[in-house]
Amino acid sequence: MRAAVVVFPGSNCDADARHVLTEVAGIATDFVWHTQTELRGYDAIVLPGGFSHGDYLRTGAVAARAPVMASVREAAGRGVPVLGICNGFQVLLEAGLLPGAMLHNAGIDFRCEWVHLRVDRTDTAFTNACTEGDVLRMPIAHGEGNYFAPPELLVRLEDEGRIVFRYCDPDGVVAPDANPNGSMAGIAGICNESRNVIGLMPHPERASEADLGSADGRVFWASLLAMVTA
Amino acid sequence: MSSLTESGLPRTAEPTDETLREVALTRDEYQEACHRLGRPLTPVELGIVGGMWSEHCGYQHSRPLLKRFPTEGPRVLVGAGEENAGAVDIGDGLAIVMKVESHNHPSAVEPFQGAATGVGGILRDIFTMGARPIALLDSLRFGSLESARSRRLAEGIIGGIGWYGNCVGVPTVGGEVMVDRNYDGNPLVNAMCVGLIRHEDLKGANASGVGNPVILFGADTGRDGLHGATFASLEDPESSHRGVVQVGDPFMEKLLIEACLEILHMPSLVGLQDLGATGLTSSVVEAAARGSGGISIDTDRVPRRTQGLTPYEVMLSESQERMLAIVERGHEAEITAVFDRWGLHSETIGEVDDSGNLRVQASGELVAELPVGLLVDAPTYTFPVERPAYLADVQLLDPADIPEPADLNTTFLALLGAPNIASRAPVFRRYDHMVGTNTVIDPGGDAAVLRIKGTARGVALSTDGNGRLCYLEPREGGRIAVAEAARNVSCVGALPIAVTDCLNFGSPDDPTVYYQLAEVIQGMAEACRAFGVPVVSGNVSLYNEAVGSAIWPTPVVGMLGLLEDLARRCDSGFIAAGDGVYLLGGGEPGLAGSEYLSQVHGLVAGRPSIDLEQEVALQGLVRDAIGRGLLRSAHDCSDGGLAVALAESAFAGGIGLTCRDGPLAVDRALAVDGVARDDVALFGESPSRIVVSVGAVDAPALEQMARVLRSPCRRLGTVGGDRLVIGPLDVSLDEAMMAWSGGLADALGGRG
Repeated sequence: MRAAVVVFPGSNCDADARHVLTEVAGIATDFVWHTQTELRGYDAIVLPGGFSHGDYLRTGAVAARAPVMASVREAAGRGVPVLGICNGFQVLLEAGLLPGAMLHNAGIDFRCEWVHLRVDRTDTAFTNACTEGDVLRMPIAHGEGNYFAPPELLVRLEDEGRIVFRYCDPDGVVAPDANPNGSMAGIAGICNESRNVIGLMPHPERASEADLGSADGRVFWASLLAMVTA
Repeated sequence: MSSLTESGLPRTAEPTDETLREVALTRDEYQEACHRLGRPLTPVELGIVGGMWSEHCGYQHSRPLLKRFPTEGPRVLVGAGEENAGAVDIGDGLAIVMKVESHNHPSAVEPFQGAATGVGGILRDIFTMGARPIALLDSLRFGSLESARSRRLAEGIIGGIGWYGNCVGVPTVGGEVMVDRNYDGNPLVNAMCVGLIRHEDLKGANASGVGNPVILFGADTGRDGLHGATFASLEDPESSHRGVVQVGDPFMEKLLIEACLEILHMPSLVGLQDLGATGLTSSVVEAAARGSGGISIDTDRVPRRTQGLTPYEVMLSESQERMLAIVERGHEAEITAVFDRWGLHSETIGEVDDSGNLRVQASGELVAELPVGLLVDAPTYTFPVERPAYLADVQLLDPADIPEPADLNTTFLALLGAPNIASRAPVFRRYDHMVGTNTVIDPGGDAAVLRIKGTARGVALSTDGNGRLCYLEPREGGRIAVAEAARNVSCVGALPIAVTDCLNFGSPDDPTVYYQLAEVIQGMAEACRAFGVPVVSGNVSLYNEAVGSAIWPTPVVGMLGLLEDLARRCDSGFIAAGDGVYLLGGGEPGLAGSEYLSQVHGLVAGRPSIDLEQEVALQGLVRDAIGRGLLRSAHDCSDGGLAVALAESAFAGGIGLTCRDGPLAVDRALAVDGVARDDVALFGESPSRIVVSVGAVDAPALEQMARVLRSPCRRLGTVGGDRLVIGPLDVSLDEAMMAWSGGLADALGGRG
């Protein structure tokens, strides 16, 4: 299999994503420049974290209009797994590939720290190797991760089982104290209707090697491999 | 272009005092320049000489003193002063490029942008050498946070550092935050950057090859930051120089990093140089000095963001995020194609020659022609030195005059929550300290540790410097600063291998400040020799004064440590109940310059000192013990003394400890003149002490090693439980942790 990591000017977790995909997951991975319009031949697409276009205007807003995004949309439509991490999640929201919007963290400031996530859905491209209720330890690093959805959308996401991850305490309890950014319903990550496009604020690529403090993120790559090679 | 002397351009009248003040030249310096040149300076030349002969570029006051530092060693690939930063071999064909630099004066005026552009500037020093920046550290000093102004400055500075570093994608892995009234109105912002490179990729900032084009790329040039370098060399910047602060763009910087690292491997790239203090001027002068000797610039070709810039302004603008590339003639297109791809504006603005001169042309006319040699050879000064009279008074400290607190538990909790001791998480969690997926030990411990991908190695990084101790005894303070930085990297198991330093002092025109500068440098040099670590780069920031009084002499030492085997590292937190807690090393217990004395008794007094021989032995012991896998945790004993060090190891591990009367027994064993007091034992800050925890099976081996090395090693107690029981202290771990966790956030006004 072959994966693409999309590089926008200002992406800064692109090399980290490729490192994990190649060195940890053993998946051949290419960088794809934001102006490229051909994504055929890739079995998975990662939109990495960072500050695409400086996050000027709004986070992810300029990147969402890059030429490559039409191809990402087309690939997503074909069922190719697409993972948006942090800024990549924000790009997916701005591009309309996932619903909802990001607000500034409730505490205003940028937060970089370890959090816990509860896996609520295991029927997605990046969580099929999990067990429902699994608790994953991963870092966050963002200033705008306070997920917002209008009430009717939130109900729909809940009903359709599209809330994939919620911030929780180490025992898996979703509680306000465990929510680092004020995100609605403790949402840390969601998926699209077809469950192949996933966005989350925490960084699984920073939690895939024991030396870095957690290898819980490996389950993302195991899920991806299981799905693509199935 | 004809020469200025031949063409007889309008001679400039003798500049007024005001003009000279504007360019920060003394009358003597002006006359010296004219004398060396053999004619008066043109207005553009006046600005160029003023910038190049400022302390910031010319090190006029400090250069003779800096020669005392050891700068050579087998690992040094690029030494101090040779290039934009130093480079050190770390094995496997890899090198670390490192430097620390101050941005104190801009941060006092506009804290957010001042601190942000400090980060931007130090990053450029590193990637100019061809290295990928892998870590940032920020050593900060704020005035008392009881003042709203200090809180505003602190908030802006922390915010600016985070804004820039987070966006540019280089992790901020460490640093310091210290608070004292002494820095009211003159905060210190010292930013350190560390880069990684293969030896063969090291690139010089040289303008070589006659006829080669000089390409300016990155941001366009505006009027921002005019006279930043001269401004940093004047006292009380706020009085007259508002508006000189530059504005940063971390997104542009990120593009510059990627573009520079891409052209690095192209054979047609001759040299790379950043634009820092004095902008284009020092950039081209330094590149010419390292290259073929001469350079000519046409200011008309410099891309601008503002109408009506004069040649003077173009040459001295400090607009941020600009770089120079010197390229082989005829190969410009392959280099500029990379800039175009990254969306970077570039323009050829000049040419290398061997004239030995900097020639500046504007509107077809020559407006400056100055020998490069004259510009890089600023007059240096040695000043009258006078031992400050205050020393005799402040060094007197009789513990008998210090009342012992009635309730030690309360005092302990207050100390844990004090701004200089409380958890630094409210600051460092606002910085992305993990991007790059190399951060193996997060900020908050003794030193940050980064892995080097593709090898078994790691590097440890720490910054240290205690202004209070340097104020009390400048030479010992300088020795202690280096020793503590080395101790911090030793505590994670790394061998200290190189130093970068930033010297923050008051006005050297004051003989007592000059004494402090000379003594601190002497002390640092002695300690560097004791540890066998060279100084590979650094920066001097003088005139740190507000309302007429100098700040404490504040050296900041950035230490690089090497872990040959990353697996053999140690963290600061206790691991397991039942492990033995030991104190390694141990100087005379004392209160001199302690946080306890300052925080609880409002006193800055005593005469700190350090025994370097004992310190070297102690660090060798802890590294060997970690290398043999004997230690579960190791933590430097510093601010707040033994009790605070033990508590910090407990917090990091989430487990308590019991030391029934260990510390007191230690203290009594070492007591001088029969003075043995609980507060001294618990909160005294003698250097050369490390708290470790050891599994029962390894304890005898540790004790044996310490005996062989003749380094003190005493058992204090046992890890376990949910209380901190340290001699007479007995508090719950939760209560202590709450005081410690919230102290700094509260002092900063609830942010973080």
